[in-house]
Amino acid sequence: MSYMKKSPWIIHYDGSSCNGCDIETLACLTPLYDAERFGVINTGNPKHADIFLVTGAVNAQNLPVVRQIYSQMPEPKAVVAIGICACSGGVFRECYNIMGGVDKAIPVDVYVPGCAARPEAIIDGIVQALDILEKKREALRSGKVEELESKDSLPPMPEKTKRKEATP
Amino acid sequence: MSNILSGIAYILFAPLVGGLLAGIDRKITAHMQRRKGPPLLQSFYDVFKLCSKQGISVNRVQDFYVGGFLLFVIISGIFFFTHGDILLVVFTLTLASVCLIVAAYSSNSPYSQLGAERELLQTMSYEPMLLMMSIGFYLTFGTFNLADIVSGPQIGILYMPGLFFGLCYILIIKFRKSPFDLSMSHEAHQELIKGIATEFSGRTLAMVEVAHWYENIFLLGFVYLYFVWSAPYSPLIGIAACAVVFVLEILIDNCCSRVKWQRVLTSSWLVSLVAGFVNLLVLMSLR
Amino acid sequence: MALLGLLIGIPALASLVLLVMRDDRKRGIFVKIAAAATAATAIATAITFFGSASTSFRIGSEVFTKTILVLEVVLCAVILWLTFSAKRILIGLLSIVQTALIVWFELTAGDKLHVQKDIVIDRFVIIMIVIVGVIGSTITVYALGYMKDFQKKAGSVPDRRPFFFFVMYLFLAAMFGLVLSNNLLNMYFCWEITSLSSFLLIGYTRTPEAQHNSFRALWMNLLGGAAFALAIVILGIYYGTVEITQMISIGKAGASVVLPACLLVFAGLTKAAQMPFSSWLLGAMVAPTPTSALLHSSTMVKAGVFLIIRISPVLGENQAGIMAMFVGGMTFLFASFAAISQSNGKKVLAYSTISNLGLIVCCAGIGTFEAVWTAIMLVMFHAVAKSLMFLTVGTAEHHVGSRNIESFDGLFSEMPQLAICMAVGICGMFLAPFGMLISKWAAMKAFIDSGHALLLLVLVFGSSATFFFWTKWLGKITAIVPGKRNIEGSVHKEEWFAIKGLAVLTIVVCILFPVLSAQLVVPYLHEVFHTEMQVISNDNLMIMSFMVVLLVVLPLLAFGKSHKKLVNTNLSGENMGDDLTFRGAMDVPVPVSLRNWYMTDWFGEKKMTAIGSAVCIAAIIIEFAALFGGELHV
Repeated sequence: MSYMKKSPWIIHYDGSSCNGCDIETLACLTPLYDAERFGVINTGNPKHADIFLVTGAVNAQNLPVVRQIYSQMPEPKAVVAIGICACSGGVFRECYNIMGGVDKAIPVDVYVPGCAARPEAIIDGIVQALDILEKKREALRSGKVEELESKDSLPPMPEKTKRKEATP
Repeated sequence: MSNILSGIAYILFAPLVGGLLAGIDRKITAHMQRRKGPPLLQSFYDVFKLCSKQGISVNRVQDFYVGGFLLFVIISGIFFFTHGDILLVVFTLTLASVCLIVAAYSSNSPYSQLGAERELLQTMSYEPMLLMMSIGFYLTFGTFNLADIVSGPQIGILYMPGLFFGLCYILIIKFRKSPFDLSMSHEAHQELIKGIATEFSGRTLAMVEVAHWYENIFLLGFVYLYFVWSAPYSPLIGIAACAVVFVLEILIDNCCSRVKWQRVLTSSWLVSLVAGFVNLLVLMSLR
Repeated sequence: MALLGLLIGIPALASLVLLVMRDDRKRGIFVKIAAAATAATAIATAITFFGSASTSFRIGSEVFTKTILVLEVVLCAVILWLTFSAKRILIGLLSIVQTALIVWFELTAGDKLHVQKDIVIDRFVIIMIVIVGVIGSTITVYALGYMKDFQKKAGSVPDRRPFFFFVMYLFLAAMFGLVLSNNLLNMYFCWEITSLSSFLLIGYTRTPEAQHNSFRALWMNLLGGAAFALAIVILGIYYGTVEITQMISIGKAGASVVLPACLLVFAGLTKAAQMPFSSWLLGAMVAPTPTSALLHSSTMVKAGVFLIIRISPVLGENQAGIMAMFVGGMTFLFASFAAISQSNGKKVLAYSTISNLGLIVCCAGIGTFEAVWTAIMLVMFHAVAKSLMFLTVGTAEHHVGSRNIESFDGLFSEMPQLAICMAVGICGMFLAPFGMLISKWAAMKAFIDSGHALLLLVLVFGSSATFFFWTKWLGKITAIVPGKRNIEGSVHKEEWFAIKGLAVLTIVVCILFPVLSAQLVVPYLHEVFHTEMQVISNDNLMIMSFMVVLLVVLPLLAFGKSHKKLVNTNLSGENMGDDLTFRGAMDVPVPVSLRNWYMTDWFGEKKMTAIGSAVCIAAIIIEFAALFGGELHV
């Protein structure tokens, strides 16, 4: 029996957004939706988190930040891009500083579209991420750590950014 | 012989009961906030999940210290349940918390260190009260030995109401409840992320969690001590008292917001001085 | 008897030789030999006298008494010359007064007294001899390496090392004399030598600050000496004795010896740096570290508590006892609080010394079996652990370049072995299975059983403060800071010998706790109090010993054996990748700097010292007033 699906701890990062999806994400953590029913805890700490929720697009400034948070999360881990900006860059796509969707920075597992994404959709996205987590846990248990890590490895830095990445 | 059995029972069942209590805690809290809350066994799910995560760490020594924390918490619990010396229990508990604090320091991370610093302050705040409590038992029962305290003819609470109040007060700190959950909170996301536990992950965090379950059990055991005497039905009263105190702590947790460290220190020292010390003076004059 | 002669003679002779020995290498060899000889004689003495409960000797030689008298006058002349040339005449006058008092007494009343026991060796004295012999001589060996670096670093300070070692060994000789003496006149002489030697050692660098602090130490100790001299005169004239054992048996027989006891306690308080006299010990920090180690652990301050513990059977519920209890207790509390606000490593150590001595004095003041048991145990553990702490801080200071605890950040990466030794010292000072904590446990029991509620309060709050300042120090040195280079290679062999030796000794003493208690302390107390009791049950002592073993073995098994994937610390996603800097505004790297809490507004040094001193002065005055008031009314 797997406990991975029963205790998804999340970390939420808001990138370059209008804050609409950000607010909706917080809304789905309110007592009204009672996400704790499913064992969800908003940890705010990459080292404790299983699911990474990103709202908003990725820009030159926050790209390394998103990557670092992601790389500090222990396997198995899943990323959920929430809202159209996080999926593709949305209305900000053509801005001078925008890199595009979150998948420009880190591998994304679930895309939740919407402007802004509704709490129901967000919760649905998280539930879908649970299945992915479970699959990754299976992989981890059968000793395929390297394979898993290479699958979850960071894509190359986009050329548009001038910020250098700090890698350990 | 029965001592050894109760010691083994503690090692085996304390995490079960402790985890269950943590689940009950979350359930009650949820209902106080008019929501359904997680399943009763949620704390176990969390810990099992943590154990199946990949092992990551910021250095090679952290796990050792956290392991020490778990070990010494268990050892102090064993001292408690094998009816050892109450001061020995308190001192070993201090040793355990030093291990946790050093583990946080060793990571050299700002969040952890600030958490460690606050944990130190909290320890300094509750330590006098714990010692006074032990002294109170000594004055009432003439011994530090738990076996004699449990089977003594006196009903502790009648002699030590002040000390009992003081114990309940510092249990807020020990259970990591608001308003005194400065160093690490059981809730989500606080201003220090997760304070002292920020840099622990996976199994290491699970160890901290389990250690807290163990710890909570014998902290409630202190409450129990006030309500048992030689009467055969008194353990029931003791357990009922533990339940009441436990619910009370949850209520306080849900009614208060986190305070500054100054408040923690002054208020708990003040309570120790007024409730605890006055009680001690009375006990001394009764002797 | 010949052995005792050697015990004092070897360090005395060594000191004279060292005074004229100019060559570095020769001195190195000589000090090592002298240290080994001193330690060996101390241990030999301990073994010889261990079997018998208490042995006494009578010197009974007129020549000896007269020589001591002449030497005392010489000592006074030296002090006079030193103070007058520094234009501090008042201090000189203090010395004249007491020497005149003693000379007058010896020439008139003293002649008629017949001293039966000049020297008494019981198990407490054996403990002291071993402490002084082993720890004291280890420190002198450490000083060899340390002083080389010290002279190199402090370019402007003239190299007066021959003089330094001369005083160090003189100190040891005086200390042996002091603990052996049962005759207060002889003890007084040694007492004055330790006062003078500490003055000379503190003023070693001859900087204005050193001069100032050394004179402060001198006047405070001379004040204590004056009280001591007065006590001798009163004892001699009114009670017809100058022997401690006699004084105790008079006191126990029912006659009141409170006045001399009060004066002796007062003398002990000054020497043990209790508030309001704590400032001299803090001032002593300007001296090279071996001095501090010597003053704090095995000599000087221990002389003060030795005297008080010695006369503890006549203390208790009288003015002298209450004075010791109260001053000791308050000093324990306020010095512990003050230590929280300090970041200078040596100052933290100084405050912790003052507070621990406070606890010892307090226990001795209670004067019951349990309390004195605690006091003696504290003396032992404090001597070992504190000397270890001083030596490690001294070495760290020379290699890290600062004695500030904040700069010991990541000492574990820079000087791993030293950090481990320091951690052993810190744990020894406050942590559960180690001796100091067991002693506090016993102190608690003693306080309860003697019914002193206020002291209990002092103890519970004081020890929580100790927990705070030691743990934050421990945290600092155990932090794993990346990018640090191992700089341990340049530590001198002599320093390693002393530090590692003491670290091992600390652990061994903690493991052997039950044996030490059963073989040395309990028999001594049985002899003094004629009762027998178990302060802490044997089971618990065994559990504690076992836990020490566990704490030593566990790291060997599991420390640093984790094989997890290493990741960066959490700096909210802005870690520059080295765990030492984060990306700040405008993409500028900002170093992460972590500082401990000092809570100066709450536990500031000035505030704590002021309150503590005021309370203690009040206590001393009240007790003396009560004493004289009582005498007048009766």
